[in-house]
Amino acid sequence: MISIKQVCKTFGKLNVLNNVNLELAPGKSYALVGPNGAGKTTLIKSILGMVLPSSGEIQFDGVSIRNDWKYREKIGYMPQIGRYPENMSIGQIIDMMKNIRENAPVLDEQLIEDFKLQGMYDKRMHTLSGGTRQKVSAALAFLFNPPVLILDEPTAGLDPVSVEVLKTKILTERKNGKLIIVSSHILSDLDELTTDLVYVFEGRVHFSDTIARLKAETNEPKLGRAVATLIGEKQLMDSLIN
Amino acid sequence: MYVFYDILRTRFIVLYTALLLVSTFALFQIDSDPVKVVMSLLNIVLMVVPLISIVFTTIHFYNSYEFMELMLAQPVNRKVIFLGEYLAVMSSLCIAFLLGCGLPLMLYGSGSSALTLLFCGLVLTMVFVSLAFLAAVLTRDKAKAIGIALLFWFYFSLIYDGFLLWFVYAFSDYPLEKITLGLIALNPVDLARVVMLLQLDISALMGYTGAFYKGFFGTSSGMVLSVAVLLLWVLIPFVWALRIFSKKDL
Repeated sequence: MISIKQVCKTFGKLNVLNNVNLELAPGKSYALVGPNGAGKTTLIKSILGMVLPSSGEIQFDGVSIRNDWKYREKIGYMPQIGRYPENMSIGQIIDMMKNIRENAPVLDEQLIEDFKLQGMYDKRMHTLSGGTRQKVSAALAFLFNPPVLILDEPTAGLDPVSVEVLKTKILTERKNGKLIIVSSHILSDLDELTTDLVYVFEGRVHFSDTIARLKAETNEPKLGRAVATLIGEKQLMDSLIN
Repeated sequence: MYVFYDILRTRFIVLYTALLLVSTFALFQIDSDPVKVVMSLLNIVLMVVPLISIVFTTIHFYNSYEFMELMLAQPVNRKVIFLGEYLAVMSSLCIAFLLGCGLPLMLYGSGSSALTLLFCGLVLTMVFVSLAFLAAVLTRDKAKAIGIALLFWFYFSLIYDGFLLWFVYAFSDYPLEKITLGLIALNPVDLARVVMLLQLDISALMGYTGAFYKGFFGTSSGMVLSVAVLLLWVLIPFVWALRIFSKKDL
């Protein structure tokens, strides 16, 4: 559904993405893992067209996304740090989004209800706490029932109850056959939520396979340990080569 | 969707309108001759309007960064976002100027020179809004962008005039009328000033050069040409800024 072909991105001298190749298929859910500054958010922003790759191509449903914007109708995006116009209230922002995406087939207001956001509709964005902003971001990402969901560290800053609400929601949508991309540092969450793992390090994709395979290869029942083993092996290999 | 941008309008615009309104009324109180008032207003229009337009626009652009970020993740064309921002800022500044200066001028009534003044003010607002957008997309840093914007203002309001004076003085032995005419077109503020001064029929004060300008700007084709050049000053920075914006990483 989304194919990333030889994408490179440089910011000045910094090589953020280095020849990234990825195929993301519908019905699967991908965990995007890697240390801070590895290029996860840049990769996500490239898919959204917010960052334009220096070279390479990203295709959505077989069509290049360069100079295209309609394809974003099919994506729900939850940013790492939700930034909203400070003077608008939650209700206004939700109404505005509905207005922009008028032709969305079905509205999914389950998260708005579960997070009890209706009661706060006339609160302005600058009065909200970080966690409530995250809730608004999550509710907006799921609101239009898009076939692709991109969640950038969705559970960071949420309270335990809300984390569970969000996880349940993600699992339901996964069962509905949506393509889900989750970037996170909490591997135990990803273990529950995702089927595939994409490990990004220094702008390169080092591993991309199913989580079951990874666990089998490393003989570790838990994803956290499995990834740690994977990184350890990688470092060993690198030190042997050099 | 542009309607929503208007929610973001701040108290600043009201303040700006009030400032213009008060100063125009005050000038009418001091002097009863509308032509003299228009002359005094001209200085405000040529200095204050560009300054406020360019600074306000640059700050506004950075304050609505979050908004643009939010929009970019939605199925909206980048150009539409940019155009929406531009139209919203430009129209609100133009309305503020029209209310602030236009209302008193219409009340006291001072004929065609007042109309020209309003026109010049509007075009200058547009020119400097365009320049501010250009300054804003050239850099990611808010302070830098405001710096560039102020530099534009200094350049067009003060530095360029100094350069022009030096140029005319240094080459005063040569017939310079046509060249200075061309040089004036390179500065929207000067162009507006000349258009305005000639409307006021005080070009006689400017001697031979004034008579020459009168010969050029006084004709309808000269007028059309200068208006066209002013509009180019609106369009070129805008298109340039749009092109940078559509290739920018956000």
